[in-house]
Amino acid sequence: MSEAAAGAPGHTEVHRKGTRELIAQAIVDSFQKFHPAVQIRNPVMFIVWLSMFVTLALTFDPRLFGKTDVTAAYNGFVTAILFFTVWFANFAEALAEGRGKAQADSLRQTKTDVTARRIVNDDTFEVVMAGALRKGDRVRVERGEIIPTDGEILEGIASVDESAITGESAPVLKEPGTDMFSTVTGGTRILSDWLVFRVSADPGHTFLDRMIHLVEGARRQKTPNEIALTVLLAVLSLIFVVVVATLKPLAAFLHINLDVATLIALLVALMPTTIGALLSAIGIAGIDRATRFNVLAMSGRAVEAAGDVQTLILDKTGTITMGNRQATEFVPLPGHNESDVASIALAASWYDTTPEGRSIVALAVARGAKHDPAWEPGQGVEFTAETRMSGTDLADGRKARKGAVAAVARYVQEGFKTTAPAELKGAAELVARKGATPLALAIDGDLVGVIGLSDVLKPGMRERFAHMRSLGIKTVMVTGDNPITARVIAEQAGVDDFVAEAKPEDKIRVIRSEQARGRLVAMTGDGTNDAPALAQADVGLAMHSGTVPAKEAANMIDLDSDPTKLIDVVAIGKQLLITRGALTTFSIANDVAKYFAMLPAMFMLALPGVSALNVMHLATPESAVLSALIFNAIIIPILIPLALRGVRFQPTTANHMLARNVLLYGLGGLIVPFIGIKVIDLLLSPFLR
Amino acid sequence: MSPAAFWQIVLELLVAGAISVPFGHYLARVFQDQKTLLDPVLDPVDGLIYRLIGRDVVKQAMDWKGYAAGMLLTNLLMGLLIYGILSWQGHLPWNPLHFPDVNPLLAFNTAASFITNTNWQNYGGESTLSLFSQMAAITFPMFTSAATGVVVAIAFFRALGPARDKGRNLGNFYRDFVRVLTRVFLLPCLFITPILVWTGSPETLTGMVTAHLIQGGTQHIPMGPVADLEVIKHLGTNGGGFFNANSAHPFENPTPLSNLIETLLMMVTPMALVITFGRMVGNRKLARVMYGVMASMLVVAMFVAVGAEQRGTPLLAHAGLMQHAGGGQMGGNMVGKEVRFGITQSAIFDTVSTAFTTGSVNSALDSYTPLGGMVSLVQMMLNCVFGGKGVGTLNFLMYGLFAVFIAGLMVGRTPEFLGKKIEKREIVLASLALLVHPLIILIPTAWSLVSPYGVSSLGNSGSHGLSEVLYAFTSAAANNGSAFAGLNGNTPWYNVSLGLVILFGRYASIIFMLAIAGSLAAKPPVQETIGTLKTDTALFGGFWFATIIVVGALTFLPGLVLGPIAEYFALYAHHTLSGVGR
Repeated sequence: MSEAAAGAPGHTEVHRKGTRELIAQAIVDSFQKFHPAVQIRNPVMFIVWLSMFVTLALTFDPRLFGKTDVTAAYNGFVTAILFFTVWFANFAEALAEGRGKAQADSLRQTKTDVTARRIVNDDTFEVVMAGALRKGDRVRVERGEIIPTDGEILEGIASVDESAITGESAPVLKEPGTDMFSTVTGGTRILSDWLVFRVSADPGHTFLDRMIHLVEGARRQKTPNEIALTVLLAVLSLIFVVVVATLKPLAAFLHINLDVATLIALLVALMPTTIGALLSAIGIAGIDRATRFNVLAMSGRAVEAAGDVQTLILDKTGTITMGNRQATEFVPLPGHNESDVASIALAASWYDTTPEGRSIVALAVARGAKHDPAWEPGQGVEFTAETRMSGTDLADGRKARKGAVAAVARYVQEGFKTTAPAELKGAAELVARKGATPLALAIDGDLVGVIGLSDVLKPGMRERFAHMRSLGIKTVMVTGDNPITARVIAEQAGVDDFVAEAKPEDKIRVIRSEQARGRLVAMTGDGTNDAPALAQADVGLAMHSGTVPAKEAANMIDLDSDPTKLIDVVAIGKQLLITRGALTTFSIANDVAKYFAMLPAMFMLALPGVSALNVMHLATPESAVLSALIFNAIIIPILIPLALRGVRFQPTTANHMLARNVLLYGLGGLIVPFIGIKVIDLLLSPFLR
Repeated sequence: MSPAAFWQIVLELLVAGAISVPFGHYLARVFQDQKTLLDPVLDPVDGLIYRLIGRDVVKQAMDWKGYAAGMLLTNLLMGLLIYGILSWQGHLPWNPLHFPDVNPLLAFNTAASFITNTNWQNYGGESTLSLFSQMAAITFPMFTSAATGVVVAIAFFRALGPARDKGRNLGNFYRDFVRVLTRVFLLPCLFITPILVWTGSPETLTGMVTAHLIQGGTQHIPMGPVADLEVIKHLGTNGGGFFNANSAHPFENPTPLSNLIETLLMMVTPMALVITFGRMVGNRKLARVMYGVMASMLVVAMFVAVGAEQRGTPLLAHAGLMQHAGGGQMGGNMVGKEVRFGITQSAIFDTVSTAFTTGSVNSALDSYTPLGGMVSLVQMMLNCVFGGKGVGTLNFLMYGLFAVFIAGLMVGRTPEFLGKKIEKREIVLASLALLVHPLIILIPTAWSLVSPYGVSSLGNSGSHGLSEVLYAFTSAAANNGSAFAGLNGNTPWYNVSLGLVILFGRYASIIFMLAIAGSLAAKPPVQETIGTLKTDTALFGGFWFATIIVVGALTFLPGLVLGPIAEYFALYAHHTLSGVGR
């Protein structure tokens, strides 16, 4: 996770855009957000915004609502603080949106109108604008051209530069028929050769369109959780409106005349303005963190859902393991020692160029085997599905072979009339039990030993799964391997459960059974046959290299096509929710100190005993009210970095996390304003005398 | 505080706690249709009632709307019945003192008050109501309003329960209603009423006895069926007295023993319902946490109230009065307290009465010290220091939903409570429920204080006068019924405004909470993992408590500062009466 929290190194041009530029843009945008249509979307800040106009009117005419002792300057001061309170909130949101907006702008440039060759019939085509293409049209693109829209490749083979979308500069080879790499994305550039593809998206619904839509925070839909919190904050604000509005008649009964500006100051200080101002920024920044991590979330809801995930379903190959098997051990059969096996293995693999073959050579050399010049000139024998063996016909006439245990045993039986030793089966099982795939090794009729090929775990996976477990997230590995191998890998990686000999449809079965037990499930996938499972899962992360159906079924797309990122996405989701909760707690806890600042200030002249509540010993009533209000305003920009970055997140149990956050943001929220208000009062009061 | 006072608090709480646990388990058995010892006796009785209601009606499963509709319909019909009885009592039997019909506004206020378990009384019982009215319009709704409170809480508990096959079903209102009446409220009344009679409480249809005094002359002493009313008045946390003096009257509360019985009766049902909750939702540890938080608040309230009253006032000290307990003297602030109860039993009784939203009083709250009076006020503002049976637990759970929502986010999950996701709908509804209470307290209080018809009822000016009005509307909104006294409520303005506040305070929050229950019941449960927020821990209990204080109580701080807090500081700042009310 740490990488995501720190902000992964960005790829695209946008991410290099300077912070200073972003801030400058945010300042401009923040003034536009004073528009009532924007303000009304945030009920808490809307009340502050309205209050600002009331105090502004009072600045021009302090006696607007009746007799009062306060001066226009005081009202003006309150108005200014309210203005800054709203402006800080606008700025927080504008800053959060800035990065996405800049990215959207650069994506839009990619989308500048291009022409396309639409195929009319088998050998004629017409040139049309990209916007005229519809689903099902066939289009031909050639070297150097921008691919006009999304599609599935029908013919041709070409390398494509997808950096505009993924930020990855290395070209990708595209060809039809493969589950992976058989789709093209509008806005990418074809570097060599040509392709014919069938358009898979209507204008406005292409991947690029969706991406632009998503990275632009402005049109972002609020998530249900965010709406719920907004409602709660609005109701709290409404309660305080009632409290403050009724305070005037209550005080009037005691012959105390409360100034409207002071009442408004009390209202704004008590309302949860801190979280109200930062709520939107927190949500946008959360999605932005995912985007910067090159994961495109289809909605904010998807990011939040990731935080909720309780079960991760992960493919073994490519996600948990490197995906290419490597030789890890030689097991000699009776009559041979390990160096014999290493030597024959070297001979059998000398001409083998597959990664597995190279790994056998590397292991053999590491075990001290040397290439014997007497073998030369040898003849490499390639693997076929029929023989299930490969090897080398050596110059001295001997035949070195390695392959599936049963196939090699049959080979020595049929070719050399030797029966495989009884120990072969035991040795092969020994290897399999360790999670490796056994290859039998023979030279002529002599079975020398067994080579163990293991799928190597990606580094750090064990720790990551341990983190997941401490968060209460169960990991399930899905693999086509036999149960013995699967069990070993599962144990090595530290996943909680595994499904061996899995067929594609098993994934959806696993998801359903987990969901039936009340768990929220996340999975990754790329193939068309993953699409139903991606749709069924609560969080489906599709690889960008995957097929169109997979990408459409998923609610997140990883532009880097790295399935392990699912784990990071979970952390990003959690961090988003924690930040929201922590700042809400902080904001509400602040009220205690504000009460102690403002209530004595409002009543200590009329009810002298009440000054005993002035525990902060604030200098004057005016200074107390203004200090609390100023604190209420400046805490917003102080917390903007935290809102955008997210609070620190460490994988640990829920109880631990709660204890830490309650201590930090709850207790902190109680204490900090006492100090802050006192400090502001000390600085401010000399000027008010 | 004297050791005697300390031990009285501790022992009474321990006894109430000890009764509440088995009682809570018994309640759970009743509502989960498990066997109880009383079944052989009560099943035929219930069967008879079911036949009257209609067996099909009692059998059908109800979703939250059905449950709420059943509750509202039953309450409306009973409310109209009460209104009718009061308005026609001059034409009805058992009216030995020939009281006239109750005027419409007072009848409305009284009907609203008693059907909602509030028991706010703008009338003096012995000088207004016939014996028939006392029985049919006062004692009768004391049973049914208590039953209503319990069953809505039970419906809510069911929604959070672990059974997965019931879907949206919250149970059957009518069946629950009957079972709670026969199995929980009627039976104890049969057994405890004779004990109160033994302590000196009358139970008769004679309206009045005339005593010939030793010093000459005669005294007319009103009486009636008092003892049974006393039992359900406290067991059902109702609080409405037969007499105007309520439990300070020697017929309602004759001896320290009857005082102890009444205090314990008030506490057991709301306390037991927390235990019932734990058992019905399958998390007894959570119930223990809730019980602990509520009990802590109650203990603090008791110590503050008893301490404040025992400490007395600087005014009396100034007058040279001895205020320390000892030498056969109770010391402290004895103003408005009965000698047979003393400081401690008076303060405990009133603290319990406002915590459990009973509202009965055995002393005059108007004469309490500012802090002592404020304890009662704050408990009604919170309305969940155990609270009235059922609704108190619901209020506490409402704050729990907010605590879960915020704390849930802080552990990086969209919030869940007992395996149910707390989402937009629940928070919107809970927010509305939260909004009702301050709204219906503060707005009418402010209105009363600036209108001539509001102010003219006041017995005091200044902060104490403000406290009287604030107390009245808080008591009405919390469906407590406790009166600060000093305020003449029997005016058109207060009859109508308090009546409406009472109705809103009762039904708005119940309907919102039932709607939440309906929404939660329909949700598929989410499995708990170590990544799930644990609500059954001391840590979360503390957070829950903080939520109640910061969200619930701070709302009322400005009002409290102008009322009792100002009065408190004035008392200690000036040591003169002129400082109390200007």
